[in-house]
Amino acid sequence: MYSLRRWSVRHARGLNAFYHGFEAFLVSWNPLWRLIGYERLERPMAALERVVKGAFFDCQMCGQCVLSSTGMSCPMNCPKQLRNGPCGGVRDNGHCEVKPEMRCVWVEAYAGATRIPGGQASLSSVQHAVDRRLQGHSAWLRVVREKTAPPA
Amino acid sequence: MKFDDEPVPGYPLPILPGHTSPGRLERVLRAGQFAITTELAPPDSADPQEVYDRARIFDGCVDAINATDGSGAHCHMGSLAVCALLTRLGYAPVMQISCRDRNRIAMQGDILGGAAMGVCNVLCLSGDGVQAGDHPQAKPVFDLDAVTLLETARTLRDEHRFLSGRKISFAPRVFLGAAANPFAAPVEFRAQRVAKKVAAGAQFIQTQYCYDMPVLREFMRRIEDLGLLEKVFVLVGVGPLRAASTAEWMRRNVPGLHIPDAIIKRLADAGPNAAQEGRKLCVELIQELREVRGVSGVHIMAYRQEQSVREIVERSGALAGRVPWYPGRDNSIAETRIAQ
Repeated sequence: MYSLRRWSVRHARGLNAFYHGFEAFLVSWNPLWRLIGYERLERPMAALERVVKGAFFDCQMCGQCVLSSTGMSCPMNCPKQLRNGPCGGVRDNGHCEVKPEMRCVWVEAYAGATRIPGGQASLSSVQHAVDRRLQGHSAWLRVVREKTAPPA
Repeated sequence: MKFDDEPVPGYPLPILPGHTSPGRLERVLRAGQFAITTELAPPDSADPQEVYDRARIFDGCVDAINATDGSGAHCHMGSLAVCALLTRLGYAPVMQISCRDRNRIAMQGDILGGAAMGVCNVLCLSGDGVQAGDHPQAKPVFDLDAVTLLETARTLRDEHRFLSGRKISFAPRVFLGAAANPFAAPVEFRAQRVAKKVAAGAQFIQTQYCYDMPVLREFMRRIEDLGLLEKVFVLVGVGPLRAASTAEWMRRNVPGLHIPDAIIKRLADAGPNAAQEGRKLCVELIQELREVRGVSGVHIMAYRQEQSVREIVERSGALAGRVPWYPGRDNSIAETRIAQ
């Protein structure tokens, strides 16, 4: 929902802090997730993620969430799906070239990042090419699995 | 400008230490010369002669010619093909690749193919949205964005492998470029975005049309503050405006174009001499840009006014007596000498 998406960017700081707490919770319960089996959790978790993040961020379920690095403005809502910053077509009023009625997600991201501690720095980090196979999968579970994986 | 180690102009040059391409554009920039590039509008045609005719207009006044890739999301002859035709005659093209129309499989193939055809410069672009063009019903691809495309091209060149990890037996030796729009929102983020592109592999930048020097100067200051001047060559986009009404139309309809009211007023005041005034303005901008720290050249975009590029370059004095190589240049210089 567009207005809720805008609200999320305005409250980027709180949402970012909340997410980090939530992520720590998920990571700490890793043994339980492992017991149940990540494969079995995938569908319900993805469904939950779709509902929650869909409401707050218009999440497109790319499966590789970068909201914490983009001021809580989902870059997959950019009609060009740009994950590394705004294109050159942003209108003078800060709206999108392709969808004139929508604020540029990167104008929003820049505003959101100024509210998150260290947000500016993470805006500068290069996001690598998206793995399109992860579309529709849970980004939360992926992060937990990565963070709890034994070092290679 | 001909290089000492260039026995046959148009053939690959030896790659000097610290250089990544065998091309003339990189040579000119690294030699500290003020470089001039321009843009060739690919024809709506399958006739190679039309490409040659469009290139010849720029003979002797530009260091490299950008071949646009479906600019404005309009359908034209493809940039890879235009570049392949241009390299046949020895021109130094900049192959533009836009993420709008192709996925990572196609784009990596095009970079290899372009390099095999003698392309030494690649400009990595996100691309205009399909809604801006003549096929708004098309599927926008955007598998990669400009930054990940740069990373991909650099991986091909420096790591001799595809993004998948598969090995390449002979890597494309290309000079990598990116675009920047210093004038679009969020203006504060624009230099930072250039830093990202440089981190991903950009070695030169060509900017959107510049009509607003104070904003450009501020952008260049930020570029310098980020320590980018040693890492990237900035070529600022310029172009002649034909009339106040054209400028108004462009401002309204071309995505990301910023033309201050004062410029439009100046054209309007010139009345019937607006086109002349537009060229004069362009010359003045080039002369001002030459004095801006960190500006390594200009990129002249004169869509449908390509004939005016020569006059603009000559009047600006930006080449400082240099004559960039073009097919037949050395013969024509010899003939002039004999005639004298």
